[in-house]
Amino acid sequence: MNLTLRIWRQTGPEDKGRMVTYPVPDVSPDMSFLEMLDVLNERLILDGEEPVAFDHDCREGICGACSLMINGEAHGPQRGTTACQLHMRQFSDGETIDIEPWRARAFPVVKDLVVNRNAFDKIIAAGGYVTAPTGSAPEAHSTPVAKEDADAAFSAAACIGCGACVAACPNGSGMLFTAAKVTQLSLLPQGQPERYTRVIGMVDAHDEAGFGGCTNIGECSSACPKGIPLNTIGRLNRDYLKATTKRAGTPGS
Amino acid sequence: MAVTGILLVLFLIVHMLGNLKIFTGETSFDHYAHWLRDLGTPLLPTTWYLWIQRAVLTVAVLAHIGAATVLAVRARAARPVAYAHRRKIHVNYAARTMRWGGVIILLFVIYHILDLTTGHLNPQGDAANPYGNVVADFAPERWYVTLFYTLAIVTLGFHLRHGAFSAFRSLGQQTPKGERRARAAALVFAVVLCAGYLVVPFAVLTGLVA
Amino acid sequence: MDLYTEGNPIADTRAPDGPVETRWDRHRFDMKLVNPANRRKLTVIVVGTGLAGGSAAATLGEQGYHVKSYCYQDSPRRAHSIAAQGGINAAKNYRNDGDSVHRLFYDTVKGGDFRSRESNVHRLAEVSVNIIDQCVAQGVPFAREYGGLLDTRSFGGAQVQRTFYARGQTGQQLLLGAYQALERQIGLGNVEMNARHEMLELVVVDGRARGIVVRDMVTGEISTEMADAVVLASGGYGNVFYLSTNAKGCNVTASWRAHRKGAYFANPCYTQIHPTCIPVSGDHQSKLTLMSESLRNDGRVWVPKVKGDDRSPRDIPEDERDYYLERIYPSFGNLVPRDIASRAAKNVCDEGRGVGPTGLGVYLDFADAIGRLGRKAIEAKYGNLFEMYERITGEDPYEVPMRIYPAVHYTMGGLWVDYDLQSTIPGLFVIGEANFSDHGANRLGASALMQGLADGYFVLPSTLANYLAANPMEKVEASHPEAVAARTEVEERLRRLLAINGDRTVDSFHRELGQIMWEHCGMERSEAGLRKAIDEIRALREQFWQRARVPGDGEGLNQSLEKAGRVADFFELAELMCIDALHREESCGGHFRAEHQTPDGEAERDDDRFAYVAAWEYAADAGTPVLHKEDLVFEYVHPSQRSYK
Repeated sequence: MNLTLRIWRQTGPEDKGRMVTYPVPDVSPDMSFLEMLDVLNERLILDGEEPVAFDHDCREGICGACSLMINGEAHGPQRGTTACQLHMRQFSDGETIDIEPWRARAFPVVKDLVVNRNAFDKIIAAGGYVTAPTGSAPEAHSTPVAKEDADAAFSAAACIGCGACVAACPNGSGMLFTAAKVTQLSLLPQGQPERYTRVIGMVDAHDEAGFGGCTNIGECSSACPKGIPLNTIGRLNRDYLKATTKRAGTPGS
Repeated sequence: MAVTGILLVLFLIVHMLGNLKIFTGETSFDHYAHWLRDLGTPLLPTTWYLWIQRAVLTVAVLAHIGAATVLAVRARAARPVAYAHRRKIHVNYAARTMRWGGVIILLFVIYHILDLTTGHLNPQGDAANPYGNVVADFAPERWYVTLFYTLAIVTLGFHLRHGAFSAFRSLGQQTPKGERRARAAALVFAVVLCAGYLVVPFAVLTGLVA
Repeated sequence: MDLYTEGNPIADTRAPDGPVETRWDRHRFDMKLVNPANRRKLTVIVVGTGLAGGSAAATLGEQGYHVKSYCYQDSPRRAHSIAAQGGINAAKNYRNDGDSVHRLFYDTVKGGDFRSRESNVHRLAEVSVNIIDQCVAQGVPFAREYGGLLDTRSFGGAQVQRTFYARGQTGQQLLLGAYQALERQIGLGNVEMNARHEMLELVVVDGRARGIVVRDMVTGEISTEMADAVVLASGGYGNVFYLSTNAKGCNVTASWRAHRKGAYFANPCYTQIHPTCIPVSGDHQSKLTLMSESLRNDGRVWVPKVKGDDRSPRDIPEDERDYYLERIYPSFGNLVPRDIASRAAKNVCDEGRGVGPTGLGVYLDFADAIGRLGRKAIEAKYGNLFEMYERITGEDPYEVPMRIYPAVHYTMGGLWVDYDLQSTIPGLFVIGEANFSDHGANRLGASALMQGLADGYFVLPSTLANYLAANPMEKVEASHPEAVAARTEVEERLRRLLAINGDRTVDSFHRELGQIMWEHCGMERSEAGLRKAIDEIRALREQFWQRARVPGDGEGLNQSLEKAGRVADFFELAELMCIDALHREESCGGHFRAEHQTPDGEAERDDDRFAYVAAWEYAADAGTPVLHKEDLVFEYVHPSQRSYK
């Protein structure tokens, strides 16, 4: 296959950046999207040009490092697939493909297609955990958990923190990411003691980081490579309402 | 957003039911319109209730717009650099027309008040005869009024479809099954409300109400 | 031999004597403690944020130490532990199927082909039960039974069901548990997190590890970070083969820099090759994807009987297929251990009977299982794996048999550590896959996660405290001559890499190195092959330093520069791996020497000559590495030959 790529090039955070066109001939349909970029980069290096910087690591769809907006879709056209697992057979010969970084104030561009997603870590640090210092744990079987709850918690916990939800959201909101963690922990008995302080802390951190608000559009969920369901946001909202109205944090309530 | 939206939705339901009284005849409809002004008497002086309701609705509308503006401003700030290539939203038309839809509805509401409440833009504009005002308004030769009214109501329908679902969600609807129900309920509600509002002008247009 | 010299034997002086069951308890009591008030004044550097590093940094932060954590990824949550699929072993015996700490200990020593330390392995088995408790308390969503209790399964041919799991994403869930605990400490200010930072040198002052030199991968800034102790949790070195199931960024640099500063490197030749990976599809291939081993429970492995048979698999009649695992190993069949399944696949492909476009693949066929259990049942069990396979290959495994081939997956070797997980450099601790300690010559399925978390949550925090309490130290500044020298060395090295300005990409060198290693130091090694490999590696390394092209500069994000530094270190490690493989004239676990096999092709261990750990010292002056042997003593599990016939 012969393709034309239009890639966002930006030398650093201060640079304005622009789309640059690169023809890429001889692409095998068996290549992954990132392997196609590898091929382009090797050619650029030999031609004395700067290769395109992009984040990637595990290349098996689980680390969440890859973060490409491909033809205006987070992780490209295939549903439930990260860019690293997207293969070139999804495209056709002669196609022009636009590749851009995630766009969000909370995810500033570092270089080319690489963005800084530290805001997600901050949201987790603001409450996305169960306080259980090492060594303090009771016997694992002392608290049974209904299978449905454990399964639903897992579905939410499958989030890989890639940021596709933010990239796809017309509001630039990170609510699906936040809600996935809130949902996982609020479904489990271990997460109950901090349930309400958690949701307030995480939502505050989310807003502080400069993400937009959620208007329940659902674009996040359809772009999510792990299919995190939209109803996690309802769970977050419910916990948030309870936390703010019933003074859930007051002793004895 | 959800709370103010719900207030407005409650008003829309009552308003629609009131409108439908047009099918019970001129006397009945006019009586209803006048009764609204007497509501709350003798506890409250005449039209006080109406003004209280108007005040509440105005506050709700302003709060609704305020919240929407905050969200829109935040959304704009959250993405300072736009995508060069942006795909249309996968999910639904209703969700992505909320903001412009809201503006259209606001413009319509202003027109609508000037038309059928104050009567300034009404061809008859007789405060004593609301029934006549409505009939004059949607007369066949004024088809463009009906068209505008229809467009506005359809926009309202879309707005309600996503708005109602979104309100459920914002107030904590959280199960996948509930989500399906909430979406279905929102759709049915939007369609019923649209139909309820549209049936009046079309009844006038077709001569069913004269 | 000219390739190495032999030095004095080495011993693990920290391991206690006496009954193996009480060694860890007694040792813990004997160790010194650090007063809580004093912990804040002690700084500990932790490199790597996977299961081992993440859990260690979180735990040390909880205990009150001042922790500085580093990772090359953009977030600690992306360390490659996240990709572990299968599960985590623990001797909970929830199934009442005869499991116990002693059985897990026994299985691990035996599975490691009698090349690990009994004391270490027993401690691992003891601690395994605490890990599950800890992770459940953190909210890790393990699979559960309808009664609400934890579900377990048997994994990798184990006879007991001791593997806890969270669908096919156990590593992810355990890592996120550790990551969240770590983020909590970061939020509290106890841990200072430095993501997108790469350790490029160890600082040793007065014989003790006192800091590291790191490069900020975003700004390019080089800085020297000082501490009272350094913990390496930087993972394995499988990427020396270029193609492996490791993440692209996995590298040996942190370990190798420490090795060059005096830390011995143990058993580098022990590599685990996983039999069920998706085959290479072309030269563009950048990494290999693992398919869970559980597939072998229902899939049947076969190749055509005659070579060059290029008919579509469905057109090859039953009697022209060779179900070679079932034929050679009738009692274990398709469920033989990883190393055996891998080598058998290599053998049939070497005979020219491999399938697929490259001839490097064998079929894993589910037609029988679908016929017997129905498509629904197969879908329920393996649906997500089948989907992943189809996504990558474009073939539907319900219709066409899967093609699989072995790939490098895990490295058992690593920096030598004593019972306290301390390397030969005092104050340098090594945990997780980066050390060599617990798996011997071969790791059992679902034991990597167990070891990483055991080291990070439970072992290191105790032993590190002992070191800090026993060795009060003066504060050392980054201006200390040793620290300045280390930093200068790093800067000089980066300058050299950028100055080559040759005509080949770093990737092309890495690919070629990987081919040499896979060919000669992969599933089967021979003296001639290894000697050839050493020559080739040396020649290629020389070429690398003359012809590699590293574009850009050291200021700011430069992914080519990062890669070049890592590949340069892989070259040096590759040579040591071959030397280790060459010197170990026996076959054991993940190391198979062609010259040392039974008449029917099975691994032949030589306990008389090789029941030791090979700890290699870097000797810049001598030019060749120095071998130190640590004899292994087996008091509880007596070496026996493995047989799967």
